[in-house]
Amino acid sequence: MMTVRPAMLALFVGMALVTYLPRMLPLVVLSRFRLPPLVLKWLSFVPVSVLAALLAKELLIGKEGLALPPAHPQLLAAIPAFAVAAFTRSLMGTVLAGIAAMALLRLVL
Amino acid sequence: MLATLETTARPSPATFAEGLRAAGPVVLGYLPIGFAFGVLARTTGLTVAEVGLMSLLVYAGSAQFIGTGMIGAAAAAPAIISTTLLVNLRHLLMSTALVPSLKENAAWQNSLLAYGITDETFAVNTAILQGQPASVSFIAGVHVASHSSWIVASVVGALAGQALGDTTAFGLDFALPAMFIGLLMPNMQGPDRKARVVCGIVAAAAAVGALLVRPGADWAIIAATIVAATVGVLFS
Repeated sequence: MMTVRPAMLALFVGMALVTYLPRMLPLVVLSRFRLPPLVLKWLSFVPVSVLAALLAKELLIGKEGLALPPAHPQLLAAIPAFAVAAFTRSLMGTVLAGIAAMALLRLVL
Repeated sequence: MLATLETTARPSPATFAEGLRAAGPVVLGYLPIGFAFGVLARTTGLTVAEVGLMSLLVYAGSAQFIGTGMIGAAAAAPAIISTTLLVNLRHLLMSTALVPSLKENAAWQNSLLAYGITDETFAVNTAILQGQPASVSFIAGVHVASHSSWIVASVVGALAGQALGDTTAFGLDFALPAMFIGLLMPNMQGPDRKARVVCGIVAAAAAVGALLVRPGADWAIIAATIVAATVGVLFS
C-alpha cells in the first residue's frame, strides 16, 4: 500500500515534466519573446477540442465499442451535469450533480 | 495617512496569509474532486503512496484522471505522457496571460510559481489581480493552499477507496466525465464562439470515429484534438 513501483515513478516524472513545461515556459523563458498569433489562436482551440474528444469517449465508448443506455447510462447522467454547468458555472456543482445522477441511474436501470 | 490611502486606492493583496484565504473556493472544489481521484486511482491498481506522489509531482486533475485510466487500461508510457502533454497544453495560455502581473519577479520565483498554475488557481489569481503587478507571497499562498488540498484529498480518497470497494454503485466513476463537462462549458464561451462549438463537435466525432474503427487506440484523443483545433483556426 505504501510502496512506489519504479515504473510508476518514472511515468509520473515524465507526466510531471510535460505538465510543468507549458506552465513554466511562457512565464520564465518566453516573457521576452512572443508566440506567433497563429500559434496562440491554435492553442486557444486546444482546450475545447481535447475536452470534447475526451468527453465523447467517456460518454459513448465502452470496452466493447459503442456503449449506450440503459446498459451504459453515462449519456443520461451527462444531461443534469450539462444543465448544472450551464446554469451555475460551478465545477464542483457539476461534478456532484453528475455523480448523484449516475448513482441514481445505476439504482433505477 | 490620507495620502497613503489615496496612493493605494485598490491595494493588491500582498501577504502569504491573504493568498491562503483567497484559495478558499479552489480548496473547496479540490476536496471532492481530489477525493474522487484517489478512490478511482486505487481501483486501477495504484498504491496509496503512488496516488500521493502523482498528486505531488503532476498536480493536474484531468491529466491525472486520464493517466490513471490509461494505466488501468495497460496503455504504454509514451502514449500516457503525450496525452498528458496535450491535455495540459492549455496552461501555455494561462502562463502567458500571467506574464504582465509577474514579469517583475526573479526567474527562480516565477519558476516556482509556475508549478501551481491550474485552471482554478489561474481563475482566482486573475480575478483578484486584474493585470496588476502581483506579490510573490500572495500567489505562493494561493498555490500552496490549493496544491496541499489536492494532495491531501487524493490521499484520503485513496485510503477510503480500500474501504469502499466497488465504487461504481456510488456513481464516482462519473466524476471524470462530469469534470470534463464542467470545464468544457466555460470554454465554449468567449471569442470565436461558433468556431469553438464547431471544434467541439469535430473533436467528439473524430475521437468516437477513430475509437470505433480502432478500438482502444491510444492516439485517438491526440489525433482528434490536433484535427479539431486546426479546423477551429480555419473556421474562425
